[in-house]
Amino acid sequence: MTFWILAPVMVAAALGILFVRKAVHAALLLAVVMTSLAVLYAVLEAPFLFAVQIIVYTGAILMLFLFVLMLVGVDASDSVVETIRGQRVLAALGGLLLGALLVVALSQVSLGTAVGLESANEGGNIQQLANILFSRYVFAFEATSALLITAAIGAMVLAHRERLTPKEGQAALAARRMRDYAETGKHPGPLPAPGVYARHNAVDTPALLPDGTASELSVNRVLAARGTVRSAPALADDIDEVRKQLGVDPTEMPERSGKSSAPATTTEDVK
Amino acid sequence: MTQYVVLSAILFTIGCVGVLTRRNAIVVFMCVELMLNACNLAFVAFAKQHGNLDGQVAAFFVMVVAAAEVVVGLAIIMTIFRTRRSASVDDASLLKY
Repeated sequence: MTFWILAPVMVAAALGILFVRKAVHAALLLAVVMTSLAVLYAVLEAPFLFAVQIIVYTGAILMLFLFVLMLVGVDASDSVVETIRGQRVLAALGGLLLGALLVVALSQVSLGTAVGLESANEGGNIQQLANILFSRYVFAFEATSALLITAAIGAMVLAHRERLTPKEGQAALAARRMRDYAETGKHPGPLPAPGVYARHNAVDTPALLPDGTASELSVNRVLAARGTVRSAPALADDIDEVRKQLGVDPTEMPERSGKSSAPATTTEDVK
Repeated sequence: MTQYVVLSAILFTIGCVGVLTRRNAIVVFMCVELMLNACNLAFVAFAKQHGNLDGQVAAFFVMVVAAAEVVVGLAIIMTIFRTRRSASVDDASLLKY
């Protein structure tokens, strides 16, 4: 029963990996497949592998995938251009053939009734697995320890970047900033914080300069590249919208400077 | 028990097609993981079929090797991305330049 619920979900999610544009969506679909696989392991009397599948695959490996996706750029999506002409059609054809071959061949085989793991799991699945792992497969187990430490060192060596120039100290940084100021007129101080002179202090709200224009330097350039920066006039619309929802007539509110009716209502509020 | 093996074959095929068609190196990697997982499912299903735990031990080893492979593979993808600003498998057609 569990199988017939999970199998369509898994196949649909796996097919989704083929068709989604963004790598993040593929990672999430892969998480669906892996969690469903863990449940199938539990059904197949493998409680240890059920836990390992969730902890190692969905917990560690997929998190690593998402972490690398964050570093590479979440928005990086596949190009649609084919480098080799007809590659996709041929790959789909080959895949269909392979799938048909495997499924037809497997349906020809009669596996008979399953023996079941009741006797093999006697005394606990983990204990029995440990018995086998540390007797018959002990050399393979030791070899995996060598593999793991090699992988860890290899990843560190690959991810490490040697510093080519000496690190810039505080004095050198200050000197460079002052030189920039003298030569190009670039402001030596820190960048303005978002929303300081605006109505909101959210990060996507640019700070307002004394002359009322928005300062582009105050907003993160990632937000600017995505185009999610809010403009100062639009913020005033937001306030009007909220007041409308609260049932307050926007023209009656006294704090809004620049409204013609503002001085008249102020006196009423004072009373 | 046949249905588990058939599901494993289907997942393996989908992973195979994914490796052949997708261009983003990270997604190609995910498809390789999908194929490894499909093999694990077959291992666990046959362990139950035959009533001994060797299949589960094999699946456990596959998981360990997959973890090591992902660590090194993603580090290589990161290094390539740092030098080329792209994670597409088509761009990395020359090893040095």
